[in-house]
Amino acid sequence: MTVSDQERMIVVGSRYLQDHRVVFAGVGAPLIASVLAQQLHAPHLTIILEGGFVGPRMLPGKLPISTNEMRAARGSVMHTGIMDVFLYAQRGFFDYGFLGAAQVDPYGNVNASIIGTPERPKVRMSGTGGANDIASSCREVFILTRHEPRRFVEKVDFVTSPGHLGGGDARERAGLFPGGPSKVITDLAVLGFHQESKRMTIEALQPGVSIDQVRENTGFELEVANDVGSVSEPTELELGRLRSLVTGEPAESDEVAAGNAERMIGR
Amino acid sequence: MTSADFMQARARLLEKDRSVRDKRMELDEAIALVRDGDGIAVGGCLYSRTPMASLLEVLRQGRSGLTLVRNLTCYEAELFLARGAAERIVTSWVGIGLLWGLPKVFRHFTENDVSVYEEWSHLSLGLRFRAAAMGLPFLPTKSMLGSDLLPLSKAKEMTCPFTGERLALIPAYHPDVGLIHVQRADRFGNAQIDGPPYMDKDIAVAAQTVILTAEEIVEPEVITAHPDRTAIAHFTVDAVVEVPYGSFPHECYGEYEADFDHFQEYVDLVDDKAVHGAQEYVSRYVDATGSFAGFLELFGAETLSRQRERAKGLLPR
Repeated sequence: MTVSDQERMIVVGSRYLQDHRVVFAGVGAPLIASVLAQQLHAPHLTIILEGGFVGPRMLPGKLPISTNEMRAARGSVMHTGIMDVFLYAQRGFFDYGFLGAAQVDPYGNVNASIIGTPERPKVRMSGTGGANDIASSCREVFILTRHEPRRFVEKVDFVTSPGHLGGGDARERAGLFPGGPSKVITDLAVLGFHQESKRMTIEALQPGVSIDQVRENTGFELEVANDVGSVSEPTELELGRLRSLVTGEPAESDEVAAGNAERMIGR
Repeated sequence: MTSADFMQARARLLEKDRSVRDKRMELDEAIALVRDGDGIAVGGCLYSRTPMASLLEVLRQGRSGLTLVRNLTCYEAELFLARGAAERIVTSWVGIGLLWGLPKVFRHFTENDVSVYEEWSHLSLGLRFRAAAMGLPFLPTKSMLGSDLLPLSKAKEMTCPFTGERLALIPAYHPDVGLIHVQRADRFGNAQIDGPPYMDKDIAVAAQTVILTAEEIVEPEVITAHPDRTAIAHFTVDAVVEVPYGSFPHECYGEYEADFDHFQEYVDLVDDKAVHGAQEYVSRYVDATGSFAGFLELFGAETLSRQRERAKGLLPR
């Protein structure tokens, strides 16, 4: 079975979400990974979405385009105000924040606002949405993103969502809750953060990927863990569930479903 | 916000007529309450329960110098910028969704003049409404600390006098006008929301003037039969207008799903002709239609009932 990079990333991301925990999921790949985890090993994973939804159960083939719409609301145990879900996060109820990243630096700081300078932006991106709040207040944060040099940069142009800021204890010194990004899951590797320096560290490699290959696709010097592990291939069950989740077609389906899945979960 | 601004926000409210009266109006009459230069809080969220009929009527009436304030902002921001109706967008995010990429018209305006976009985190933007709704000048939070959003915004940092914790202080925002669309309201302005309330309860209380559109205006007994569903109290509301499909082509929870094909049509127009595409959209869908009913006619009864069916399929059974 051929596996797309995007599928590989989502499947591996889903494995990090444990049962009976609470995840505040961002739209796109993180949301799909969360729903997938719910369908596989984490049936009691409570998903939180910024539209004010607690514990939604989404329909296969009807995944939402925004985390605020009816498709995202379906099967919830609670519809509440947007403020309430962010305040639950600030109070400390959420185990994981799960986010994507347009641009990320060695300390897990994420830029979703401006390429260039605030005075003269080359690209004005959409903005933080709830990502800043999720990164500030969830107990730990997972980042799910494609591994490309233009995304992994030594210094982000703008810190939209705080990671470990300048490293060390900078996050706590800024007044943020301890925590921050703990894993960056990509199509090439799973990365963590060095205990003291808080710099990004290769912890495990996706199948067939070398350390050099990860380095070539990263715009900064990466640390390497002492015992770099390897990520196992997505199983047929994982892939089947993912594809049927996205397309609404039966899990056994073929290349067509794979193609549809790739189209719907994006680049 | 100065002390004078804060006291004035309260004074404006104290002067208002709080009588229990029939507030039903025609949409054009209600939107006449919006003045050039106003700050407008837009209810709903992204493409959900957007007060679309009201927004298009604001464009139709040719207002200018407006500031649009919303938690997550969809393409309505682009229509307002392209038309020259709004000068500034205060929000946490602008776009339609990942499928459609970065919003091009928004990029054109914000990359040429950075003051067009005032970016807050989603919670912080909500705290601006919440502080105003609480009658307070600010609220503290742990959001935005350490980020580059904080120094660019009007937020400030302080040390908590009790614990020594670092806090970001988010100033209140009192919208001149709040535009809110709900499923049902009575003629006095008591309004019920099905599904997620988003930030609408805070907007109704924070705003100086509230214009409410409803899918249906119901008898007061319908409201009092289920008072636990009432999200907005009559004394916060200034105008009530019945507008079926009042969020369309955006969605209204339980009523109709968003028309994603129409979003694609808009994006194609903008991909092709940039700002002129958005201007063409306003000419075709706002100016040429004459009214919101005329706007809906362009979609046709078949599309509208199809969207209603789709929404039903998503409701709990």
